[in-house]
Amino acid sequence: MSAATHGSHAGHDHGAAHGHDLPFWRKYVFSVDHKVIGVQYTITALVFLLFGFSLMMIMRYQLAYPGRPLPIVGSWLGPGLVNADRSLSPDGYNVFGAMHGTIMVFLAVVPLVVGGFGNYVVPLQIGAPDMAFPRLNAASYWSYLSGGLVMFASFFMKGGAAQSGWTSYAPLAVISPGQTVWLLGMVLLITSSLLGSVNFIVTIVQLRAPGLSFFRLPFFVWAQFVTAFLLLLAFPPLEAAAILQLMDRIAGTSFFMPTGLVVSGQILPTEALPHTGGGSPLLWQHLFWFLAHPEVYVLILPAMGIVAEVVANNTRKPLWGYRSMVYAIIFLGFMSFIVWAHHMFMTGMGTKLSLFFATTTMIISIPSVVVLTALILSLWGAAMRFNSQFLFALAFLPMFAIGGLTGLPLGLPASDIHLHDTYYVIGHFHYVVAPGTIFAIFAGVYHWYPKVTGRKMSELLGRVHFWPSLICMNVIFLPMLFQGLQGLSRRTYDPLVYDAGQAVQGWHFVSSWGAWILAIAQIPFIINFFWSAVAGKKVSDNPWDATTLEWAAPSPPPHGNFLKSVSVYRDPYVYSPPGRPSDFWPQNQPPED
Amino acid sequence: MMAGGYSLWLPVDVSKHGFEIDRLIYALHILMAVLFVGWGIVFAYCLVRFRQRPGHRADAVVIKAKASKYAEIGVAVFEAVLLLAFAVPVLARVKNQFPSEAESEVVRVVAEQFAWNGHYAGADGVFGRTDPKFIAPDNLIGLDPNDPHGTDDIITVNELHVPVNKPVIVRLSSKDVIHSFAVPALRVKQDVIPGMTIPIWFEAARLGEFDIQCAQLCGNNHFKMRGRIHIDTDAAFAEWKKSKAPGEAPKVSEEDFQL
Amino acid sequence: MSATAEVIPHTVEPHPVTGVYNGKFGMWLFLASEIMLFGALFSSYVLLRVGSAEWPHGYSVLNVPLATVNTMVLITSSVTVVMAWYCLQLNDFGKARLYLLATIGLALVFMVIKYIEYSSKFEHHHYPRTNLFYGLYFTLTGLHGLHVLGGILVFLYFVGPGAGMWKTDPHRYTNRVECAGLYWHFVDLVWIFLFPSIYLL
Ligand code: HEA
Ligand code: HEA
Ligand code: CUA
Ligand SMILES: [Cu+2]
Repeated sequence: MSAATHGSHAGHDHGAAHGHDLPFWRKYVFSVDHKVIGVQYTITALVFLLFGFSLMMIMRYQLAYPGRPLPIVGSWLGPGLVNADRSLSPDGYNVFGAMHGTIMVFLAVVPLVVGGFGNYVVPLQIGAPDMAFPRLNAASYWSYLSGGLVMFASFFMKGGAAQSGWTSYAPLAVISPGQTVWLLGMVLLITSSLLGSVNFIVTIVQLRAPGLSFFRLPFFVWAQFVTAFLLLLAFPPLEAAAILQLMDRIAGTSFFMPTGLVVSGQILPTEALPHTGGGSPLLWQHLFWFLAHPEVYVLILPAMGIVAEVVANNTRKPLWGYRSMVYAIIFLGFMSFIVWAHHMFMTGMGTKLSLFFATTTMIISIPSVVVLTALILSLWGAAMRFNSQFLFALAFLPMFAIGGLTGLPLGLPASDIHLHDTYYVIGHFHYVVAPGTIFAIFAGVYHWYPKVTGRKMSELLGRVHFWPSLICMNVIFLPMLFQGLQGLSRRTYDPLVYDAGQAVQGWHFVSSWGAWILAIAQIPFIINFFWSAVAGKKVSDNPWDATTLEWAAPSPPPHGNFLKSVSVYRDPYVYSPPGRPSDFWPQNQPPED
Repeated sequence: MMAGGYSLWLPVDVSKHGFEIDRLIYALHILMAVLFVGWGIVFAYCLVRFRQRPGHRADAVVIKAKASKYAEIGVAVFEAVLLLAFAVPVLARVKNQFPSEAESEVVRVVAEQFAWNGHYAGADGVFGRTDPKFIAPDNLIGLDPNDPHGTDDIITVNELHVPVNKPVIVRLSSKDVIHSFAVPALRVKQDVIPGMTIPIWFEAARLGEFDIQCAQLCGNNHFKMRGRIHIDTDAAFAEWKKSKAPGEAPKVSEEDFQL
Repeated sequence: MSATAEVIPHTVEPHPVTGVYNGKFGMWLFLASEIMLFGALFSSYVLLRVGSAEWPHGYSVLNVPLATVNTMVLITSSVTVVMAWYCLQLNDFGKARLYLLATIGLALVFMVIKYIEYSSKFEHHHYPRTNLFYGLYFTLTGLHGLHVLGGILVFLYFVGPGAGMWKTDPHRYTNRVECAGLYWHFVDLVWIFLFPSIYLL
């Protein structure tokens, strides 16, 4: 494979040549190159992912051993967060819970799958030199980072971080400390997402290489395309909501504050809470879920995209039902705007409205079934190559299936009466986001790592990472479904207070140990991630014998991406084409060679 | 130290309507299991059968899987059945078709950080008027002292009594933030939204004493916002009502509110 | 930096299929998201108003004549910005600059009038927290005012430090003014919704 080695060599030269005209900080810090920005997003978001997980590991101690002093970390936490005996305080639990949710969703997973993978891979996969608006792209990253730092800083401010759940329901959020900073952070994060999504859509529509029609786009690009529309259209209502809640907090308006509230024995308005009333608490929920439901598909669609890439590549055959998958996610995108109130069945919504949202919820589960089925049928007749990324992608399928299926009892308002706001909900969505999306992220890291660094990650460490992670994820989240069926409420600092909690306390213990062992299981990954960058096996530009365009560029790709212009001649996944000796036929290879 | 407790399934159900909800949950989980196992078998078969090995090349000819179409249609049909045959009727009954007030026991529950205040109409069967401006440490729900209907009313904290085998209507309201009135044993859950009064109803089928949980995050002591609901025989219920001196404020301690 | 701009296709030339250059497409998308933003705020307004027992009529508490003047001012400024773009296409930068300055001037007039309106409200002790009506009035018009301010800054950039592009890349400069103009029409349009729904109803 001398040609390939040559290719990556040339890549280095090219990069070095550019290194001369740009100083370090312009090249790696304030860069406008989508690849550098993608890596910045990835690293920042991974750090936040670890941070969000750490908060949860502390909470899990309280859940496993209610009231017991926290070992080690107990002495690091500030007085508001721990009790006198160094056990986690109820305030601390609520702060960590709210921030775990916020960080995981807005600062870790979305920036990883969209800002990180999307930024790095989409321009390469469509054969573009960069995103359509490179400086806007940089602005999006810096806005994200500032939002993240604001959120992070809120832990150290007077009043501490937000503590009203990631959902920030009013009136509680309006009268709780820490919320103002949370809202400011959200405004920055929303701005970042809006800039990003405009950029993605324009890039995908305008910058495709010659020959790359919409139905020749890799599925990952399609997923990012639909995702960008969700971000573009669903985030503004949350921005509106955040503005209104900010006004409630700092200007004393009462958009979400009804008349006649009595807080701590004091009838409003008081000097501290000058709310005159007349507002509607449910308005907040409608605005919030109008975003937050599409947002959950923002978490899952790019993950499906990654899994589809990895599956096609390692089964060595085309995706089964590519077109129906594309139609399915477009449909899913549309539908996701009209299911939001399934989070609000227990707010006293009328039966007719409940039924409307239950029906749309059942309908929206069909496209997910279509995508999952297509991915599983893609395995039929394959010649599977079990590398680390494929293992993670395969594990995604049944894990997402459990998560998705447990969504159904929540989607029917009658069964939701018993399950709403219990650990069943926690189990449902963690199956989708943790062993679902996070596994897809891992698959993506193993898959595209050689493109970014020119080196491969260790397969051995990959396996040591995979198996314990898969087992632990189930040890953590399966028990939550049992706890939920028993009726244990979520956000319960001390589960032993309730009968339901006592009946399932053993599961908390199991779940917590699962979480801590899961943390240990990430050590091989972290080592692999950094070590392979310097010591990993050097590989060719196309180590996985893949067909999509990103593998036609050198590894790592130089500024401007491709050494010569690329054109596309065929569908994205032409693997094992009959009558050809090679088992893959890259999109950019002219037919007559 | 650890309380053990490895329960796997639903808690005891003491309501008349609960079995319908439970039946729906059963049906759903059977459907989910069938789908999961069905798909899982195909999945597992592929993993074993189609590995890469020397001489084996992937079969790129697109298979025509009618099965998948049928499966997808099957899922859709099953969901429709669940929705129309199970979920709709239960929901309509539980949420809409209220029994007449005359033949039911009517209770008001006023939620606050972090307690459930019960309010019974007393001997005259009429609730006293309430207004936030009357709220005081010895008048937790703000009963209007000038309203004669209020003088015989019974106020409780974190303790509800209801008769067995008789419909109970609970009118839920909140003084401050959103709470959620959840009684798992009765398969009852309803968010309590400040500024609104939301009625729910149920009928208990068995005697006993069960948890009232707060299911909506409402502040730092949300986790301790626990009440108890006592399901009494008619006689015991009447006895209890009589034992409550009318108009007298319930004895409460800081503990009840955890402020 | 401009090196990157050159290699990215359709920065200046329209895409043969979509018929627009990147910037214009991006602007349309941005405006779509803005529609969702103001749409959500308008829906909140409707919901809160419908849910309220009483609601003052805008015309009885707000200064309708001033707002009418402001509407005219904003509509005029929408015209001047189109004129600026038109002149650029005719290669008349001098005139275009005058039109841009006129736009800025009109926008400033709008802001001054807004300021007068706000201060008279404050004088009468009407603050956002007074009641829901004033809360919405200040939030909606304030957010719209921020958009006007953003527009002023962009136009200032075009006549000031950004004007150099007219010499190096006139086509792109013209496109920029066109995009800013689209944005400006949108700001105008939001006002045309705000004016009747807050001041007149
Ligand atoms: C990525 C995130 C994600 C995804 C994809 C989903 C998907 C779905 N969600 Fe979930 N959901 C959340 C994240 C997500 N959800 C979150 C975060 C919350 C809680 C928020 C909070 O309150 O804090 C939530 C809460 C939530 C509720 C509110 C519960 C409550 O508060 O009472 C409901 C109710 O309808 C619901 C329903 C659904 C449904 C029907 C789907 C459907 O789209 C699922 C469709 C998928 C399937 C049906 C699977 C089909 C697959 C197979 C059949 C194949 C089998 C394969 C093998 C065996 C290999 N979800
Ligand atoms: C995308 C979203 C997401 C993700 C991924 C997770 C991941 C996890 N979550 Fe979380 N969770 C939420 C979103 C998420 N959560 C939300 C929205 C809530 C509701 C909050 C609320 O009530 O308001 C919640 C609530 C919640 C609760 C309920 C608390 C309560 O109600 O009282 C629990 C309980 O155990 C929990 C646990 C976990 C665990 C153990 C993980 C684990 O799966 C985490 C696994 C993480 C890793 C494995 C990270 C590994 C890190 C690396 C590999 C980094 C490497 C770094 C470098 C290379 C630099 N979560
Ligand atoms: Cu009240 Cu939670
Ligand atoms: Cu949802």
